[in-house]
Amino acid sequence: MKKNPERSQKIAFFFLLLANLLIVVPVGLIIVIIVAKGFPALTWEFISQMPRQGMRAGGIFPAIIGTIYLVGGAILFALPIGVLAAIYLCEYATHSRMSRVVKLAIVNLAGVPSVVYGLFGLALFVVFCKFGVSILSGALTLGIMILPIIITASREALESVPPAFREVSLSLGASKWQTIRNIVLPNAIPGILTGAILGLGRASGETAPILFTVAAFYLPRLPSSVFDQVMALPYHLYVISTQVPNVDEKIRYGTALVLLLLVLFMNSVAILIRNKFRKQKRW
Amino acid sequence: MRKCKEWIIEKLVFLCGMASIVFVGLIFLFLLKEGLALFATVNPLEFLAGKKWYPISEPPQMGILPLILGSLLVTVGAAVISVPIGVSCAIYIAEVAPASIKNKLKAGIELLAAIPSVVLGFIGMVTLVPWIKQLFHLPTGLTALSGSIMLAFMAMPTIVSIAEDALYSVPKSYREGALALGATHWQAIYRVIVPAASSGIVAAVMLGIGRVIGETMAVMMITGNSAVMPESILQPVRTLTATIAAEMGEAVVGSEHYFGLFAVGIVLFVISFMINVTADLFLHKNRS
Amino acid sequence: MVKFSVKKLHVWFGAAHILRGVSLDILSNEILSVIGPANSGKTTFLRMLNRLNELEPGFRMNGAIALDGADSLSEDVERLRKRIGMVFAMPLPLPLSIFDNVAYGARMHGIRKTARLQGIVEQALREAYLWDEVKDRLPTSAFNLSGGQQQRLCIARTLAVQPEVILFDEPCSGLDPISTAKVEEAMLKLKRQYTLILVTNNVKQAARVGDRTAFFLNGELIEVNKTDKIFTVPADKRTEDYIRGKFG
Repeated sequence: MKKNPERSQKIAFFFLLLANLLIVVPVGLIIVIIVAKGFPALTWEFISQMPRQGMRAGGIFPAIIGTIYLVGGAILFALPIGVLAAIYLCEYATHSRMSRVVKLAIVNLAGVPSVVYGLFGLALFVVFCKFGVSILSGALTLGIMILPIIITASREALESVPPAFREVSLSLGASKWQTIRNIVLPNAIPGILTGAILGLGRASGETAPILFTVAAFYLPRLPSSVFDQVMALPYHLYVISTQVPNVDEKIRYGTALVLLLLVLFMNSVAILIRNKFRKQKRW
Repeated sequence: MRKCKEWIIEKLVFLCGMASIVFVGLIFLFLLKEGLALFATVNPLEFLAGKKWYPISEPPQMGILPLILGSLLVTVGAAVISVPIGVSCAIYIAEVAPASIKNKLKAGIELLAAIPSVVLGFIGMVTLVPWIKQLFHLPTGLTALSGSIMLAFMAMPTIVSIAEDALYSVPKSYREGALALGATHWQAIYRVIVPAASSGIVAAVMLGIGRVIGETMAVMMITGNSAVMPESILQPVRTLTATIAAEMGEAVVGSEHYFGLFAVGIVLFVISFMINVTADLFLHKNRS
Repeated sequence: MVKFSVKKLHVWFGAAHILRGVSLDILSNEILSVIGPANSGKTTFLRMLNRLNELEPGFRMNGAIALDGADSLSEDVERLRKRIGMVFAMPLPLPLSIFDNVAYGARMHGIRKTARLQGIVEQALREAYLWDEVKDRLPTSAFNLSGGQQQRLCIARTLAVQPEVILFDEPCSGLDPISTAKVEEAMLKLKRQYTLILVTNNVKQAARVGDRTAFFLNGELIEVNKTDKIFTVPADKRTEDYIRGKFG
């Protein structure tokens, strides 16, 4: 073996390629299976109607709406805080010891298991703040969970704006905030947007954080206030695939497909924005 | 006026900058607040080393050793599968694959990262679980092995993308130096490039494992959730995360069971905190 | 009349001692050229005058700078920078239209009326000898201009905030000879109204446009004098060596 390095290279590269196929082929299969089996279920009625007969018939409309509310609430909360936090790290506290601590906190926030977010949301929002099991509690929990994604993406976007632009603006007598507001932020917006949408995608697929903070097992009506419970797509999929016996396979696959499409749609939008603005950049 | 506005904005920005620290602190604080209440009635040692998890029996028995071992078993299984495959995949993408294939592979892996865990759990339930059952002639396919395979899959995107970054940041001159000495491309990879990127690869593996330990939904759906001391990988097990997710819905706020699940949360938080801090150290070592 | 008075100025970045006790007076309506080899501290000196160095990590200083007799280091930094414009080494248009680039400073200082802004932009572009070349395409991106045009746009942008002093940091280092000549021509006209300080690597450029020339070496001011004196009878041997091209 040792004597023929060319041959051992060929063997090694073959195994490396095999490793890739071991990942990529199953991913393709998963998508194909879900699409093939879920597509027949994907009717307008399925998307626009309330579930009936204990979720064994009817549609998934309230779960879709619930997920949209939750994700919208999460981004409303996380986007301003996340962008300002990124501004703090990139524009105000560069090189300070504090920024090192903040970065470590972000790394940890990103690594907290999703079910622990659920516990936290239960203890803080549901019980301590007395928001109850509600859209508000769930959205805030999801918001904190996607905060690291938004901060990290916004930081990258801010850092990609050349420092020389800041110097030019400051040298003209503009203040720090004017410089950020008029020069840095407009040029960072595509990156920030990308991060925000990736965060949306992540939030719409998460189940564990909403288990005890908002998700309703079976609630065939739309919420009337932020203190209402809602159904949510990922939790609904969990419920009909493990908790409710005798659900038609079509409904399960259909729900999985809708959730997958929602998440993939957001991811593709994020990637499109990123690519479009990368091409447009002039410096 | 302008000064005043600047001052307010600066304070606001500072506050938001501190938000991450505040949230990490709040998470820990609230886990402690609810979790430590358990130890008024339960001995911490019994909690960690007790072999019986019967939280709603009378009196409740709260030993999380079977849960810890369940998590450990599933995690080790997932690591055994995902580390070699993930690192190989990263090496192939970073060093061997031509640009066109490279982009397709990366897109495939990003796609995997985007699939919600509950969808993967569902797919595992309907495909992997029956398959394992048949293959090993088991009474149920909901086993630690099924969980390990699914989790290995979910750890892959983390491992591949971080390891690939680490390999990519090895200076070009290293490889050119090795090639100039007559080494083949493969020799250059395993003798020079991989060792040079080793601390980044270690960080990638750790973060992948962190992802596995914290994973909840998929694991709850396909490991069978039986809280007994695991003896074999072909047996149903229950992890720390699945325990919280499955039981918190029924636990009464303020009951011992409720406190016990928060105590499990503390254990999880501490584990993931340690993994993340260590991985971060490795990542920074790589950069400097 | 003395515009700037710099006294015993020391600057450090971290452990590096960049300026070592520079004392220098700069007169109103003169062009002062600052020459010296790379890393002699001339750009740091320039960026002390509008306090841009304060943005750098590890910056420390010692000494005094007065503008029109008043301490510039305790002055409100934005008001100070409004009085002291700067043109950078590379043409650095902001990612805005030509019009918005020139109007940027004025807008930041609270001028909102379009008619007034149009007047300011036109006058600044005329002073920078760019008006005729760009007057028909003011709303287009500034990145479409040539390098020399971009640099004159940067001069116009500086003029639009009506400064008293303009700092030039090697403004022609990225330009071809024809563009350089146009920028130099603009500078010579500008000195009637403004005080100009020109940091340059190009000794000939200093000789062409400077009324006085200062020679920096290793963070120290070696000598400063009328430009023709420096170039014919320098007082210091090191100045002579540098000008004759023996180092740097």
